[in-house]
Amino acid sequence: MRIELVKRKEHSHLMTVLSPLLAVVLTLLTAALLFALAGKDPMIGLYKFFVEPLFDSWSLQELLVKATPLVLIAAGLLLCYLSNNWNIGAEGQFVFGAICGSFVPILFPDFQTVFTLPLMLFFGILGGAAWALIPALLKVRFSTNEILSSLMLVYVANLLLDYLVRGPWRDPEGYNFPESRMFSDAAIMPSIGLGRLTIAAPITIVVIVALAILLSRTLKGFEIRVMGESPRAGEFAGFSRGRLTLFVFAISGGLAGLAGTMEVSGSLNQLLPVISPGYGFTAIIVAFLGRLNPFGILIAGFVLALSYIGGEAVQSSVGISDKISDVIQGMLLFYVLACDTLILYKPRLVRSRRVGTREA
Amino acid sequence: MGRKVLQKWQDLDDKAAGARGTGQLSDVKTMSAAGADGAGIDRSAGTPLLEAFGLTKRFGDILANESVDLRINQGEIHALLGENGAGKSTLVKSFYGSLEPDSGEIFWLGKRVRIDNPSEARRLGIGMVFQHFSLFEALTVVENIALALPKPGPMGELARRIRTISEDYGLPLNPDDVVADLPVGIRQRIEIIRCLLQEPRLIIMDEPTSVLTPQEADRLFVTLQRLASEGCAVLYISHRLEEVQRICHHATILRHGRKVAECDPSLETAGSLARMMVGAEVAHVSARDTAPATGPVRLRLTGLSASALTPFATALSGIDLEVHGGEVVAIAGVAGNGQGELFDVISGEREVPSAMIQLDDMPCGHRSITWRRQKSAAFVPEERLGHGSVPGLELSGNVTLTRHSTGDGLIATLGLLSRQAAHALEKKIKGTYDVRMSHDNPEARSLSGGNLQKFVVGRELDRNPGILVINQPTWGVDAGAAALIRQALIDLARSGSAVLVISQDLDEIFEVADRIAVISRGMLSRAEPVAEMTRERIGLLMAGGAEDESARQATSRTGAGGAA
Amino acid sequence: MFEAVLLTVITAATPLLIAAIGELVVERSGVLNLGVEGMMIMGAVVGFGAANLTGSGTVGALAAILAGMGMSAIFGLLVLYLATNQVATGLALTILGLGLSGLIGEAFIGVPGLKLPRLEIAGLSDIPFFGPVVFNQDALVYVGLGLVAIVSYVLFRTRAGLILRAVGDNHGSAHALGYSVLKVRFLAVLFGGGCAGLAGGYMSLAYTPQWVENMTAGRGWIALALVVFASWLPVRVVAGAYLFGAVTVLTFHAQAQGLGIPSQFLSSLPYLATIVVLVIISANRRLTLVNTPACLGKPFVPDR
Repeated sequence: MRIELVKRKEHSHLMTVLSPLLAVVLTLLTAALLFALAGKDPMIGLYKFFVEPLFDSWSLQELLVKATPLVLIAAGLLLCYLSNNWNIGAEGQFVFGAICGSFVPILFPDFQTVFTLPLMLFFGILGGAAWALIPALLKVRFSTNEILSSLMLVYVANLLLDYLVRGPWRDPEGYNFPESRMFSDAAIMPSIGLGRLTIAAPITIVVIVALAILLSRTLKGFEIRVMGESPRAGEFAGFSRGRLTLFVFAISGGLAGLAGTMEVSGSLNQLLPVISPGYGFTAIIVAFLGRLNPFGILIAGFVLALSYIGGEAVQSSVGISDKISDVIQGMLLFYVLACDTLILYKPRLVRSRRVGTREA
Repeated sequence: MGRKVLQKWQDLDDKAAGARGTGQLSDVKTMSAAGADGAGIDRSAGTPLLEAFGLTKRFGDILANESVDLRINQGEIHALLGENGAGKSTLVKSFYGSLEPDSGEIFWLGKRVRIDNPSEARRLGIGMVFQHFSLFEALTVVENIALALPKPGPMGELARRIRTISEDYGLPLNPDDVVADLPVGIRQRIEIIRCLLQEPRLIIMDEPTSVLTPQEADRLFVTLQRLASEGCAVLYISHRLEEVQRICHHATILRHGRKVAECDPSLETAGSLARMMVGAEVAHVSARDTAPATGPVRLRLTGLSASALTPFATALSGIDLEVHGGEVVAIAGVAGNGQGELFDVISGEREVPSAMIQLDDMPCGHRSITWRRQKSAAFVPEERLGHGSVPGLELSGNVTLTRHSTGDGLIATLGLLSRQAAHALEKKIKGTYDVRMSHDNPEARSLSGGNLQKFVVGRELDRNPGILVINQPTWGVDAGAAALIRQALIDLARSGSAVLVISQDLDEIFEVADRIAVISRGMLSRAEPVAEMTRERIGLLMAGGAEDESARQATSRTGAGGAA
Repeated sequence: MFEAVLLTVITAATPLLIAAIGELVVERSGVLNLGVEGMMIMGAVVGFGAANLTGSGTVGALAAILAGMGMSAIFGLLVLYLATNQVATGLALTILGLGLSGLIGEAFIGVPGLKLPRLEIAGLSDIPFFGPVVFNQDALVYVGLGLVAIVSYVLFRTRAGLILRAVGDNHGSAHALGYSVLKVRFLAVLFGGGCAGLAGGYMSLAYTPQWVENMTAGRGWIALALVVFASWLPVRVVAGAYLFGAVTVLTFHAQAQGLGIPSQFLSSLPYLATIVVLVIISANRRLTLVNTPACLGKPFVPDR
């Protein structure tokens, strides 16, 4: 018996919707298995991980807080992946953006006006975009593989942040802890509601809507889709591969930088040696689970945010390490990719009729 | 190899005699099949080598082969005729084991066999020369050949054998050359020698002359006749009737996946063969007015040169050409001599110094393809799927692909795309150019080759362009659609446009062209009136004469080559 | 001093060398497995665990190989038999590997490690300078160099290697000639996985004999870059690996000397060097294009 793939004549619209759902279901089943292997009741584990956080107002808020950077970064990655540009260094762009956004409140703590925050966000976007443009330019100019170069820059950005908070940007009154000074109120994202929810969430929604319009209704969006599927046809249409690479990397880096700045300003209120629990990498999963669709990633962002919260929940209540979140995230991406095969192919089970092929 | 092979064959014949029972049964079947077709040729005189009964192969909803019967005798050159999409390639792939038929039986020397994979076919003595070669560009000739042999032995030994056999058959090869550096004609030799080294009893050739100059084709025919005289059968797939009549002993004709007739091609006319293939009278382009109206020069290439972008590409050098309004100029040439590169440069997908290209006297070598389109030029590339169209995009989206900035109203207010306008245009093209599809606005990849070509050509003709450059206008298209497209090209020219056709099909070129130029290794011969051109002359130019003609100034050749 | 430096260079280069030679074989077959980092880290944690449980470094190394192979098998199934996107699947492998190793490794944090025995060749290793450098190394150093020699030989001198290169150059033709493209590629992927696992095992058994989360620190990615640097030729992988080993060790020594350069800047040198090297190599299009397996990263679905 073996599985053969039969190519469909056209994309299956049904599977486009079903495949992410199927992937989530498979992930749940595997998670249950993991809980059972760890000697815990799988039903309780699943409940604590995936359900309980949804019925608790603190967790729900926390969910939104974590989903915001994920969705924002994934929104940028979406443009890259749709156009066949493999930016996997969003984590670095997030960090470098946060550094650029933070220099205002750290180096000029007395500059406290209504312009402080907008200026920070502006520099955050600029920083993230600049960091992303490095691999983009190298790709366009020297055809250097952007996967490797963008990833290498993650390590560099993290080391740079580490240097700053331990060195020149360390809080002079901070008892030698590796952290920057706290931001002034003018440099902190205004909150909405009572908890940690800030205007970052509505900003993200606006970005998503704009992105959806860009993709479905403008020539630029058309260009992105065409270039991703068939660069040769894209150039025949008069689009420039190089310029598009710069464009999508700049947007994607900018959004990651914005997310980084909003995270630092809204959640941490200072720079620390580590400011991200791997948002830049998790966002890659968000982008794929959301089927590279703006509204899809909105939902996918919540699913992945839930995996962070759920991990913390099972650690305290069931007694399993929160590292299980990372495992579940990784599995989810595997399942998403496997299920996406169904969109283009129809699997067919064939009884192996061929006996002993001669070639070794 | 001579004697040894013959001895081996003799042995096999003796073995086959043991299985005479099945053999006779199949003889009866063949005869009755032939009788039903009314061909009435008694073929039982020859010894059957390969027989197939009721071969059926289905791809999804499409029946590529439907209950096909075929019999090839030993030492016979057997033509397999049919239009594009008639199921010829599918059928031979079943013989060669690269496809598994859904049902049907194959007999080899009277014994029922199952050919599960190509190595099994080769073990039986079946070799195949593919239309799109199954060669490995990064490997050397000897490595390529070793890959097809079950026991190639030491490389040095094999290289010696390659030299001997290739020279013996008049198709000399250097075993140490890297395939990427070799022209198409030589690459085909590798495939043929690769077959011969396996001491085959049947060689399947899929459209072998489509990549050869007329002279090279003649040399191939000599080789084939020699093989036949040595007892090796050839299954010869072609749609060139003149060739088939010249060298084939017998022909089986397929249409829409079914065998429709058998005949002795030398007793038929080209017309009657064509009727059997198409199933109806073949349309020809209407008689052309004698002297084409020559208007002003609309497309001018001056000293056009461009380096090779990759180690496997061809450099263009010193190309001069003028195409007037009102005429069709055709560029003939064997595949891989710079046609694709020339197209990219004229279309603007690749930049060159401004003065090298002029559209309506405007220098534009550095301008974008969009700019050229806005100046009323239109382009149809060779590869319709993946270059001329995006496979996974609906047809309306593929209309937008080339017409987003040509004032067709596809971009509405605020820079938003107008889906309605694209859809309306798609409908119009579909209607005018008879593009058939299973449902409204499908993805480009779901269309058959001929229908997609009609769409891709129609999309540009619909604009009524002042200058049209088209590469391989009817490649892989059935006869009806091909005639429609060729007629449209001529009509466009007669309405005052300049039409440049790049084609590897000499029949097509003689059908549409007013003047003909030949491209060879990135150099172009002078375009001359069709009346002054013969196939023989074109063949000489293809084989390198173009260089001599265009090499008035060129002192040194700046070829591609140079791979490590 | 110089002798000690050279010894550490060899130690630092070995994991890169082993992982890169494995990936080279994978890429020669036409598959791009970006999950080297994930397979390495799994090799590191499983190798460490197995060595600790059994008290045998050899068992640890074997377990590391199996862990890498297991990971690569998941990748192979998806990429080859489900035709998933190779880049995305490779990333998924890395994400899963980092997560899973973290989960498994929680039990090993702070546990003292087991150092692989040195392969002292009697007499020879006593030769001053030359002796210790050449004849007193971990067994895996020799394994790494041996792998390069074997891969070189198999790729260019044997039929198996010819088939592998053919599959990577043109999978359509290889299929037409009757070779099982997917089977060849799956075996190559497994080999690459085994090498990456072993490279990871070297990290936790020999390089720094302990388990630290994320201890591979991007070496899997550097190994991927090395394959490009080597333009798919095994011998050049050795040169690349030792070059990067040297860069890594130099940064350590510069830190120890206290030259006043912030340690973070020195630590980022290998990553920056990777980018610089990639740029230099890729800017030379002729060199890269000639050797790049033509089918690299392209999915293959046989029609039957």
